[in-house]
Amino acid sequence: MAVTGILLVLFLIAHMLGNLKIFTGETAFDHYAHWLRGLGTPLLPETWFLWIQRTVLLAAVLGHIVAATVLAVRARAARPVRYAHRKAVRGSYAARTMRWGGVIILLFVIYHILDLTTGHLNPQGDSANPYGNVVADFAPERWYVTLFYTLAIVALGFHLRHGAFSAFRSLGQQTPGGERRARAAALVFAVVLCVGYLVVPFAVLTGLVA
Amino acid sequence: MNLTLRIWRQSGPQDKGRMVAYQVDDVSPDMSFLEMLDVLNERLILSGEEPVAFDHDCREGICGMCGLMINGEAHGPQRGTTACQLHMRQFSDGDTIDIEPWRARAFPVVKDLVVNRGAFDKIIAAGGYITAPTGSAPEAHATPVAKADADAAFEAAACIACGACVAACPNGSGMLFTAAKLTQLSLLPQGQPERYTRVIGMVDAHDEAGFGGCTNAGECTAVCPKGIPLNTIGRLNRDYLKATAKGAGTPGS
Repeated sequence: MAVTGILLVLFLIAHMLGNLKIFTGETAFDHYAHWLRGLGTPLLPETWFLWIQRTVLLAAVLGHIVAATVLAVRARAARPVRYAHRKAVRGSYAARTMRWGGVIILLFVIYHILDLTTGHLNPQGDSANPYGNVVADFAPERWYVTLFYTLAIVALGFHLRHGAFSAFRSLGQQTPGGERRARAAALVFAVVLCVGYLVVPFAVLTGLVA
Repeated sequence: MNLTLRIWRQSGPQDKGRMVAYQVDDVSPDMSFLEMLDVLNERLILSGEEPVAFDHDCREGICGMCGLMINGEAHGPQRGTTACQLHMRQFSDGDTIDIEPWRARAFPVVKDLVVNRGAFDKIIAAGGYITAPTGSAPEAHATPVAKADADAAFEAAACIACGACVAACPNGSGMLFTAAKLTQLSLLPQGQPERYTRVIGMVDAHDEAGFGGCTNAGECTAVCPKGIPLNTIGRLNRDYLKATAKGAGTPGS
């Protein structure tokens, strides 16, 4: 869980920083998107880097899901008779929504790829003009897209809050002081990533990016 | 105090079991929870019914024998307290209290509220000991132990193996118990020679016993009557990673 999670988190950071390029204007953003396709040239043929990255990410996603499923199946098997009376989990909201939060994020990622990578669900869907795609996507009349996007990112934030701490712990974080720091770092990281991802649709919604 | 108890009754391992309601009147707030169950049992015996079976021994909170899920909380509502040290003043007149046994595949119900915690013994047998004969207590200054290590080892050694961590865990994992039993040895000089085979052996035995996997949810620490900290599991994880990197086998291999 921890290792595949870290791979996905590294991608999330890069993806967020890339998104923020939208504030540098249409030409720069489209140029950035084009540059991504040519990343690694001339060492690699055009778009090869992207496909290698997609393969690694897909493997990480599948590994993450397999590990989560194993844990969920073991958890179910470990308690064949349920409690008649069970107090709500005292741990954090983030910890107890990991599984369903993960499912929401997966559904969102599928939608997101069909929307802004392949362009099938995008109102513009022009691969040469990603800036225009983003602006068309989060237009005020398509508020439900922004709403779904926001919900998914908040779910991601909760997932990261527990996930990041849990990754530290799984990889051997072992002191009480370190636990406090790891929890704080996970919270800050989750909030920064949430804000970084949400400024884009809200900038489009408010007309800051048009 | 007049209370309504809803207690899990199960005549034996094969019985399906069910919650049964009992009315208990004139309960003193100074009674312990187990004394209140004693009162119920005496009344059941007088009326010719089968008394409720529940585990208990020292009734001082140090033996780890008692363990009840009280209103969905392991050992009841008071933190850092075993069920035997829980007093009825924690409840109010007219309350309905649900009492269930620990629920885990590795802890099959023997009868009513009694479960078999033999799975914990299997984990200990897989490495929770040192094989070196240590003789009598050595001269205290001969082998210095850092104060922080001694404190952390002692904190872990406070585990009474009651099983509340398993009962509260959303995954039915026994990782806090396993980690506590490892840490009390891994931080002290006596525990070093077998440190890395021990962790592999105990984690394997834990998984084989049918406990779930840890997801760092933290429920175990919250209910632990001895306050074993969650970071103990981090110590286990670190030793486990080192042991796998070293290719350490199970004890005796």
